[in-house]
Amino acid sequence: MIKFFLMVNKQGQTRLSKYYEHVDINKRTLLETEVIKSCLSRSNEQCSFIEYKDFKLIYRQYAALFIVVGVNDTENEMAIYEFIHNFVEVLDEYFSRVSELDIMFNLDKVHIILDEMVLNGCIVETNRARILA
Amino acid sequence: MLGYDISWAAFNIIEVMSASKFTFKRIGYLAASQSFHEGTDVIMLTTNQIRKDLSSPSQYDTGVALTGLSCFVTPDLARDLANDIMTLMSHTKPYIRKKAVLIMYKVFLKYPESLRPAFPRLKEKLEDPDPGVQSAAVNVICELARRNPKNYLSLAPLFFKLMTSSTNNWVLIKIIKLFGALTPLEPRLGKKLIEPLTNLIHSTSAMSLLYECVNTVIAVLISLSSGMPNHSASIQLCVQKLRILIEDSDQNLKYLGLLAMSKILKTHPKSVQSHKDLILQCLDDKDESIRLRALDLLYGMVSKKNLMEIVKKLMTHVDKAEGTTYRDELLTKIIDICSQSNYQYITNFEWYISILVELTRLEGTRHGHLIAAQMLDVAIRVKAIRKFAVSQMSALLDSAHLLASSTQRNGICEVLYAAAWICGEFSEHLQEPHHTLEAMLRPRVTTLPGHIQAVYVQNVVKLYASILQQKEQAGEAEGAQAVTQLMVDRLPQFVQSADLEVQERASCILQLVKHIQKLQAKDVPVAEEVSALFAGELNPVAPKAQKKVPVPEGLDLDAWINEPLSDSESEDERPRAVFHEEEQRRPKHRPSEADEEELARRREARKQEQANNPFYIKSSPSPQKRYQDTPGVEHIPVVQIDLSVPLKVPGLPMSDQYVKLEEERRHRQKLEKDKRRKKRKEKEKKGKRRHSSLPTESDEDIAPAQQVDIVTEEMPENALPSDEDDKDPNDPYRALDIDLDKPLADSEKLPIQKHRNTETSKSPEKDVPMVEKKSKKPKKKEKKHKEKERDKEKKKEKEKKAEDLDFWLSTTPPPAPAPAPAPVPSTDECEDAKTEAQGEEDDAEGQDQDKKSPKPKKKKHRKEKEERTKGKKKSKKQPPGSEEAAGEPVQNGAPEEEQLPPESSYSLLAENSYVKMTCDIRGSLQEDSQVTVAIVLENRSSSILKGMELSVLDSLNARMARPQGSSVHDGVPVPFQLPPGVSNEAQYVFTIQSIVMAQKLKGTLSFIAKNDEGATHEKLDFRLHFSCSSYLITTPCYSDAFAKLLESGDLSMSSIKVDGIRMSFQNLLAKICFHHHFSVVERVDSCASMYSRSIQGHHVCLLVKKGENSVSVDGKCSDSTLLSNLLEEMKATLAKC
Repeated sequence: MIKFFLMVNKQGQTRLSKYYEHVDINKRTLLETEVIKSCLSRSNEQCSFIEYKDFKLIYRQYAALFIVVGVNDTENEMAIYEFIHNFVEVLDEYFSRVSELDIMFNLDKVHIILDEMVLNGCIVETNRARILA
Repeated sequence: MLGYDISWAAFNIIEVMSASKFTFKRIGYLAASQSFHEGTDVIMLTTNQIRKDLSSPSQYDTGVALTGLSCFVTPDLARDLANDIMTLMSHTKPYIRKKAVLIMYKVFLKYPESLRPAFPRLKEKLEDPDPGVQSAAVNVICELARRNPKNYLSLAPLFFKLMTSSTNNWVLIKIIKLFGALTPLEPRLGKKLIEPLTNLIHSTSAMSLLYECVNTVIAVLISLSSGMPNHSASIQLCVQKLRILIEDSDQNLKYLGLLAMSKILKTHPKSVQSHKDLILQCLDDKDESIRLRALDLLYGMVSKKNLMEIVKKLMTHVDKAEGTTYRDELLTKIIDICSQSNYQYITNFEWYISILVELTRLEGTRHGHLIAAQMLDVAIRVKAIRKFAVSQMSALLDSAHLLASSTQRNGICEVLYAAAWICGEFSEHLQEPHHTLEAMLRPRVTTLPGHIQAVYVQNVVKLYASILQQKEQAGEAEGAQAVTQLMVDRLPQFVQSADLEVQERASCILQLVKHIQKLQAKDVPVAEEVSALFAGELNPVAPKAQKKVPVPEGLDLDAWINEPLSDSESEDERPRAVFHEEEQRRPKHRPSEADEEELARRREARKQEQANNPFYIKSSPSPQKRYQDTPGVEHIPVVQIDLSVPLKVPGLPMSDQYVKLEEERRHRQKLEKDKRRKKRKEKEKKGKRRHSSLPTESDEDIAPAQQVDIVTEEMPENALPSDEDDKDPNDPYRALDIDLDKPLADSEKLPIQKHRNTETSKSPEKDVPMVEKKSKKPKKKEKKHKEKERDKEKKKEKEKKAEDLDFWLSTTPPPAPAPAPAPVPSTDECEDAKTEAQGEEDDAEGQDQDKKSPKPKKKKHRKEKEERTKGKKKSKKQPPGSEEAAGEPVQNGAPEEEQLPPESSYSLLAENSYVKMTCDIRGSLQEDSQVTVAIVLENRSSSILKGMELSVLDSLNARMARPQGSSVHDGVPVPFQLPPGVSNEAQYVFTIQSIVMAQKLKGTLSFIAKNDEGATHEKLDFRLHFSCSSYLITTPCYSDAFAKLLESGDLSMSSIKVDGIRMSFQNLLAKICFHHHFSVVERVDSCASMYSRSIQGHHVCLLVKKGENSVSVDGKCSDSTLLSNLLEEMKATLAKC
């Protein structure tokens, strides 16, 4: 199960956050800062999985943008890792070369795309054509 | 939203949600999903809006509502909407179906009562033609199964089939994960899984899938660890694959490889050990988390032989990793590795002490206390090492580096605590006691933390006492006086300490020393008396000792001794604050006010701590020494750890040690028996214990295996078993811990549920037709009419199911056509025994086929019964609203009136005195122009039937799919044998060229019947009848889609009319649904439209009208021949009514 989905830029600003389990708004900020800190502090040579509290973080960096997914401990890290890439590919196709600005100005669309792919913390659709249909 | 609180806009969001334009609605739901939560009060206003959207004709409206709902579903919403979502699970659009399926999980969480009614539907979705829906259902069941795997064990055969047939990696991962959760419950499942999993491991290119497979194989092997001989191959395979992962340049794979490796390590340390080189390599990795994983692995890999080598390697890493948290981690790992299972792997304790001393050189570690604890522990428990330890410790005390102010802020000065104590307690081993004494009295000591100073002060006296004794024995009165003088000079610096403890001890001791000085001045020999203060040996106290003390009679721990003080300072706060630093692991002397609850809580906490702490057996005895003079010591129970076997001496040859270990073990067992007795005795004398029990204690010591003693100690009566820890009552998932096997009770119906049946009693005569059809189960026949025994029967049913599952598990045939039907216990078991028997068969069918046609059957039953119970209410029940209209088609079976006897979709094929064959033909959507023929063979004779072979004469149009290489005339073997009275199902696939016509195929079953008298060859001819209906697949259809289809105009039309029908319309529809695989699209009064699809994709639409005594059926189909043939068949069916 995916617990949350974050898109953060290198400066540590959250660009998109989606929680699949309700978290208090001020706790979110706290969680995000900690999560972002732990992700940003890692170098390229380090692996993309972090154990954080009782869940696992899986992140991937795309240029200046980090995508961080928090999952519970039974989730398959590799699958989520691939899923992040799949998501970015979908965005790429939709926005034709996606950039951070695209995400900032079309937040609703990104959300909708994400909703198509992940529902309730489970991955529902990975077919690019069908997501954008 | 975006980090801002927008709860004020909640109402506006709802307004937008109810906008009629989709784009607005979408934004509204998006905002709601971001900001709404259970606490949002306006959420209850949305119920109707959501319901409206859910039933909206536009799939996107429905989709967006579902997506939104998934984020803010509350228990109320879940309860109110559960039924609507259930309905959507059978929507025509897979897009909606999969969303509805997934959201059901959230609904289950919030409203667990919905799980049981919804479960059969969910199960159906596992066989949905759309892979997306399938995967969604797998996802949900996987999540559910994680909470309570037991319930889903029965689905294993189905999942197994999915696993072997699915090519979607996402689904596979989930299924495999699910199996991982199931195998611990059913070891045989694991056996069955190993093979396909290894195949997958070999074949897959997806790393994620590979990883999941390896993970599950590991889980399987863990659950199998007893009793299966040849899994070493699979373990080897896993380890090899993992090695490839670890060797990969991708850090992620490396990490996962190590992670999985550590799982293997737990059960199969040997196979991992061979990869030591690789893991040591990983220690040099750039990534910290990889290094940490490698460290974890090392922990399990050490042995007596390689311990020193590994630790040496680690030590070099410690040096390299200057000032990072990683270094701290390394340090703890070194200690963990060395001390695991009671220093099992340490052969040379001198080496260990020197490692510990080396570790103290580390700057800025937080783990000083850990090192200190180790030093104390080793010194106390390993007698032979004391001399060496003391010399090292005195060197430590002497060396200034620990006192340096820079190290003070961090924890390394903690080791001085241990050093001081060891030097004091075992001062007889000191080479230069005087020198050490001076070192301990240095002024810089006062910069140390208070609790260390306190230990210093106390141990200075011990040291002093031993020096005094030495001097007096040597007759050096002056030397003794000089030492006393030194004490008198230096102690005042401690008296001025800000720390209360230090101050108190120092002033006490100062007075004592001054008194001694006076006596010395009078030339009175004092050494005897002074050292008598510290006579006796300190033994380690087990941390559990405290709670082993039985509460003396007449002592009420709950009663107040005094009236509770108004003072805010609570009694039990104080002692902890004072002693906390000194004795972290030592059970505190509990204030008697502590109430029972608090006690239990702490006990739990302590248990937790002990479980996590490898050192927990070792309490630091030092405080006890201090207590010695205080009255409190009487209350401290001391568990005697009895072991009179001498400890293994460092440096002994290995073989000797083994002998000794063995000896110890035997001895321990004996001791354990005496244990309680001894402990009791001890408690009686605990007051004077220190002095009086001296002779017995002196030869007792701690052996490395001490832990065994402690662990097996009995628990106090009121201690809660620790396994209750993991059941957190607040766990939100706990609610899902529902037994799905239990019959569904009346009260469990979903609120607006219309189609759910209720349990009603059946009249016996109605059972008769059923029994005839079900003569497959002769044993049950006798009981059928005995209503009393229904309960018993139910149990039997369950057993039977279990058996069937067993059967599935025990056979290991080629995976492709699973030969045995494995019924799925479902909520439908609520129906009484009779229906259950039917249900079982239906289940069996549903299980092995990709087809839903048997399902309506069950529903019919339900409906039927419901009809009866609700009899007169019926007219009211017939829904005026949209609810039923939407509900009807998805229910997939028309309601039916009383008189229809339950029937089986299996038709008789042929029978003789040996065997009875019944068969059912089903199409599958996945592979067009193929049908599956399920043949049930029942042995009616008393002989064993074996060597069964089925030979079918192919026609031009229909061919049997045979194993590769066999010719048309060869028979196809039946993959099982039949003991007397047993029936089993075999499945064969036939390829049909043209489905527009009915087919007949001739076939022969040949078999060998073997009984006591001998074996005979027998034959049974049969004719397989492929009717056109058997090419149809029940497919739900919505009225709008249906209308479009009819409008499209490319369907040819035909009609029939049958007279003399007396059956109710409802029953009629049900019959058509059942026999001809149609589903009702819409029904108005005595007119209904029905839909079905052929395996080759022909649409078939029917309009059924009932007149006075006749029924007319108008059909439209994309193929006219098919339609006319179908209608002919239908005519035959209807004519029987």
